[in-house]
Parts: sequence; structure tokens; C-alpha cells
Amino acid sequence: MSPTRRSRQVAIVLATALATALSACSSGDGGTAAGGTTGTQDAVDAALREGGEITYWSWTPSAKAQVEAFQQEFPNVKVNYVNAGTGNDHYTKLQNAVKAGSGAPDVAQIEYQALPQFAMTGALVDLGQYGFNAFEDDYTPSTWNSVKVGGGLFGLPQDSGPMALFYNKEVFDRHGLTVPKTWDEYVETARKLHTADPTKYITSDTGDAGFATSMIWQAGGKPFTTDGKNVKIDLQDEGARKWTATWDELVEEKLVSTIPGWSDAWYKALGDGTIATLATGAWMPGVLESSVPGGAGKWAVAPLPTYDGKTPVTAENGGGGQSVLKQSAKPALAAAFVRWLNNGNGVKPFLDSGGFPATKADLESSAFKDEAAPYFGGQQINQVLTAAAGQVVPGWSYLPYQLYANSVFGDTVGKSYADSTSLDPGLTAWQQALVDYGNQQGFTVTTG
Amino acid sequence: MTSISAPVRSAPAPPARTARRSRVDRRGWLFVAPFLVVFALVFLAPIAYALWLSLFREQVFFGGTEFVGLDNYAAVLGDAKFWESFFRVLLFLVVQVPVMLGSALVAALAIDSARLHAAGLFRIVIFLPYAVPAVVATLMWGFIYGDTFGLAADLNELLGRKVVEPLSGDWVLVSIGNVVTWEFVGYNMLILYSALKVVPHDLYEAAAIDGAGTLRTIVSVKLPAIRGALVIATIFSIIGSFQLFNEPNILRALAPNAISTFYTPNMYAYNLSFSGQQYNYSATVAIVMGVITAVIAYVVQLRGSRKGV
Repeated sequence: MSPTRRSRQVAIVLATALATALSACSSGDGGTAAGGTTGTQDAVDAALREGGEITYWSWTPSAKAQVEAFQQEFPNVKVNYVNAGTGNDHYTKLQNAVKAGSGAPDVAQIEYQALPQFAMTGALVDLGQYGFNAFEDDYTPSTWNSVKVGGGLFGLPQDSGPMALFYNKEVFDRHGLTVPKTWDEYVETARKLHTADPTKYITSDTGDAGFATSMIWQAGGKPFTTDGKNVKIDLQDEGARKWTATWDELVEEKLVSTIPGWSDAWYKALGDGTIATLATGAWMPGVLESSVPGGAGKWAVAPLPTYDGKTPVTAENGGGGQSVLKQSAKPALAAAFVRWLNNGNGVKPFLDSGGFPATKADLESSAFKDEAAPYFGGQQINQVLTAAAGQVVPGWSYLPYQLYANSVFGDTVGKSYADSTSLDPGLTAWQQALVDYGNQQGFTVTTG
Repeated sequence: MTSISAPVRSAPAPPARTARRSRVDRRGWLFVAPFLVVFALVFLAPIAYALWLSLFREQVFFGGTEFVGLDNYAAVLGDAKFWESFFRVLLFLVVQVPVMLGSALVAALAIDSARLHAAGLFRIVIFLPYAVPAVVATLMWGFIYGDTFGLAADLNELLGRKVVEPLSGDWVLVSIGNVVTWEFVGYNMLILYSALKVVPHDLYEAAAIDGAGTLRTIVSVKLPAIRGALVIATIFSIIGSFQLFNEPNILRALAPNAISTFYTPNMYAYNLSFSGQQYNYSATVAIVMGVITAVIAYVVQLRGSRKGV
């Protein structure tokens, strides 16, 4: 394997790792641009004809190929592609540049979880002024909802991560297990598996804010509500408690592996069957294929288990889009690049590099849906994954300061994981930390 | 009192003397100017900026910056997280520094004793870990500590159950202490060894004539002679302990639930800045910690040198 390929794989892995680990906030109510600006795309088209130079920060594995394709199509535009780091490193640099007042790129990749934070601090351009609200129908409702903050449109969605259950078929077959349809069955499967072979675990979870919030999302919880300066946090609402009631059993009985996600040991465990399932976003196949060669032919995809076993529901996990920074000297040209990336010819190189799109047309195309994945033993996994994209519980929003929230998840809920005790006290402590921080930052935070 | 002293002070004011002195001063300033410029730029200015920052509170989401006086300092002094991190590094200091300096001293004395074969080899081998960047060293130890792979995992497999868990909440501070000791024993050994090298040989001869054995020579001649070096090494180690950052910050990826974002004061300041965008509060934490460190280092230096004289 060549070094570049290897580093690309690492980049993919890290990117997706962070996609899960840091769900930041996307708030706001989707739909029409209530308080946003509206305009036409004329300025964007003109800027594209005129050309110029812009800078693009991204760590997505498809960024390089996309930039090359763009420059071929528009030779009069020069795009300086910079990988400014993965996840937190990227956001830290971006935050510093925004605070410093200079040095920010024209276009940056920003995950849905982080978007509200940058939008609310005034770092991003409302793309409504370029008439991009017209693209609403091109995207899945949940991803479109994620780039709308307080009525403004602060980016175009690139990928999405509707959750599904990835499971190691070989392990399931060996121990005569059936794929769980409900979370109760999932816990039962975990017990059976661990009893049959104490070295095997149903999954690994050492506490991950992105996963926890997605699981609360699927359970119907809406712990974060933002309305201007008013934030309501309730991490003990019905949905949250529904999730912890199930997940506590796994944590308390030590049925989940404590191998930290995205570590070397984790990839190994995914390959050798130590970790038998993963409830995660639809971008996972790319990670498995590139980083878990030992799992080829063993893994399969099923819909995410539910609580009642009847209505299929799921949540988003990770994913993000591209935004234009206010510091940009050529915002119209930057907007043109964003439009090309996520609503134009840029989608093809994105799909070619294993991305899971946010655009309805691509999700519905039979070429995409019916593709048999060799890694998954020829299973048409996109059938399951695209179906999941339409079953996401609507109405979710992240906190306006979700990046910070995720950073202190380990300080609070992590303790519950470390002690193998109920997650509820941990979630309560997390909530308290978030209330304190929000009030310090000038929000009026109430609890449910 | 004032009416008497005031005229006395002003009456014989010798203008000639001040003029002469200031002429000398000016020439001196010229010589130190290059240093002073750099010193002001890279040392005084950042401190002044941090002090200035610490008097405000900015709310990044709504763009408001307000002057809060000493509120941030009051908040730090009442901040349970800050004190938890402070007492953690204090505990680390009290346990790890004596162990490390003791080992360094034993190594220095052994190499200096001239009874070792291949003393040069020992010296370089003990010193070598210092040449390994802290980040690399921590990653390496991280792999040894991992209890799902690596050495700890192998040990546990051998023993049949999970006995060795260096990355669990109870043990991780000890594990960090081990890494730091491994990294810095050689460095301190070298400081002490070079101090031993300059002890005049007539002292040893005199001690030998007086009938002193090896132990007696160490206690009565060598140790007093290198007291200054020991004090310096201690001060460096105290500062190093209070600034503990690299090792816990890197191990955090392997033990996210055992190492919090406020595990050490430096980690706390870092995370306040870069995760929470609380730059003002972060600056306050840094200043408070700097003052505490300076005071403790100064006390150690005073005590050390007083006994020495």
C-alpha cells in the first residue's frame, strides 16, 4: 500500500471519527427562510465568469479530487485547498481565525453539529442572499434542517449519516444469533454473545457525545431547544430516559467493550469479531472498507433496532456541509464553489470516493441504490441506508455550543461509563455543565 | 516629620550627580536595548496581554465584552475544577519529584564513583529518553499501557484476569508519573553528575585521609557540594510538574474517561480557550497558576540557598 493511499485512509478514518465524535449544533427550524435574506444566483454566476482565487479548508477524503475537477471545469478560478486539520484541530484554527479577524478561508467544511456555533457567532455568510434557498427540495429534510440556523441558510449539505445497524454476520452465524429488531432484543443478543464467548462484545462504547445524542434523537428525545437567546436543555426527557433504560443494562452488565473508538485496537476488534455490531451513520462502509480489511465479507447492514419493533425510525449521526466565511473577500465566488460542490458536478467525485450523499436525486438513483457492495458479501447495502435516510425522526436540533458540549462529555457522562453505572446521573451532570456554560455565554438557559 | 524631611530632601539635591549617572545609564541602555526589545516583545507583552485579558469577559455568541475587574480571579479561586487540577499536580509533585530526583542522584553518584564499567554507556543510555520527544514517548508508553493490546494486555492474559490497568482512573496518574520519571531521570542525572564533576579532588583526598568511607564521603562531601545543583533540579521539576500537559493530553485519547478536560491546570486553561472560547477566564487560570508556581519555586530557592550558605 502506497504511503499516500495510507494517509488518505487515515484521513477518511479521522474525518469520520470526528464526524461522530463531535456532533455540534444545528438548530433552527427548517423550511422557509423566515428571517433569512433572499436573492438571486446572478451575482454567483457573474463571479464565476469573472474568476479569481479562493481558499478552501476541508479534511474530507473527497476534497482534493473535487478541487481538481472544479479547476478543470473553471480554469479561471484558482482554489487553494488546505487541510487545516481534522475535526477539533480544524475548528480551533477556524475559531482563532474568526476571532483574529483575518486568516480564515473563503470556504470551509463544517459539520452539522458545529454549524450553529459558527453561524451564531457571526462567522458565516447567509447563502439566502444568493438565492440558494431554492435548493431546499434537492436535499433530505434532516440535512436541510441542519444548515438552517435561525432562519438563515449557512451552508449547503454535503453528506449525511442516517444510522443503521452494522453487524458481523460471521459472528452472528457462529453463535446462532438473529439480527435484533428491537433494542430489548439487542440487549438479549449482547448477553447471549458474551456468555457464549467472553472475549466477544455486542459493541464498543466508552462514551461518545455524538453517539449518545444520536441515540437520544432516535428514541424521540429533543433535549436541546434554542430560540434566539433562550436555550432549553432537558437530558432527562422521555427520549433520553428511554435510551438510558436500555443502554444502562449494557453498561452496568459490562456487555460493551471498553476499546476506545477509532483507536488501532478498535479497528482490529472490528476485523476479528471482538466487536460484533455498530449502530452508526451511513458513512461507515467507507471506513470499514479502507481501515478494516480483515472484515471483508463478514459485515452486513440491517435497519437500526427500534424500541417498539414496528415503525422504522432512525437518527442522523455525523455529516456536514460547506459554508462561506464572512471574512471572504470574494463571497460570491466562494458561494459558487459551494454550489458546485454540493449541488453540481462536484457531487460525482464525492460519490466516487465513497461518500454518502445528502441530495435526494442521488439517494434515489437506482445506480446508487442497487449497487452490490463486495465488502459486504454483495449485499445491496444502499437499499438499507437510503431507506434509513427517509426514516429520520424530524425536529431535532443541537445546542448552539455543541462543540463545547461534546468536549466535556467525558468529564461528566464518561464517569458513568468508567464506573459501569447508570448513565442518568452522568447526563444530569452534563446538563448542569451545559447550563452553566450557556449562562456564562449570555444565553438564558432553562432546564426541562 | 514631613516638614523637616521635605526641605532636607530637596535642598542639597545634587543635580551634577544625577546628570552624571544618567549619562552612564544611557550608554548602558544602548547596550541592553536589543535584549530589552526582544524581552519586552516576547515576555512582557504576552504577560501584559494576559493580565489585560483577565480583567474582561467576552461572550463570543453575542459579541459583548465587558470589564469585570477582578471577578475572573474571584471565580478561579472558587472554582472546584481548578482546585481539583491543582491538587492533582501537587500530589504528583510530592510523589513523583522525590522519586525522580532520588533515582537521578543514585545514577549520578554511581557513574561518578568510577567503579562502573562502561560508565559512559550508562550515562548515555539513562539520558537517551530525554532525547525522545515527549509526544513520542507518551505514545510509546500508551501502547505499553493499553489493556486491550500491548504489554498490559499480555500481562493480564498471563494472569488470567484484568489485574494491570494502567489507564484506569485509579492508576492513570501513577502511569503518567512513570512516563515523566522515565523521560527526565537522565536530564536530572546529567545536572547532578556535572556538579559532581567539578568537586575538587583534594576534598576526596582529605576525606580519605580522615578515614571517611564511601558513604561518609557522599553524605559529608558530595551532597553538600552539589546542593546548588539539587536546588536547581528541584525547581525545574516543580515548574515541570505544575505545567504538566503533554503526557495527560496525549494519553487522553486512550483513556478519555480517566483523564478529564481539567486534569491539570494547563489542560484546563487550554480547553477553556480552545473548546470553550473562554479566553478571558483561561488567561486568569494561567496567571493564577503562574503566580502560585513562582511563589513555590521562590520559597524552595530561598530555603535551599539559605541552608547551603
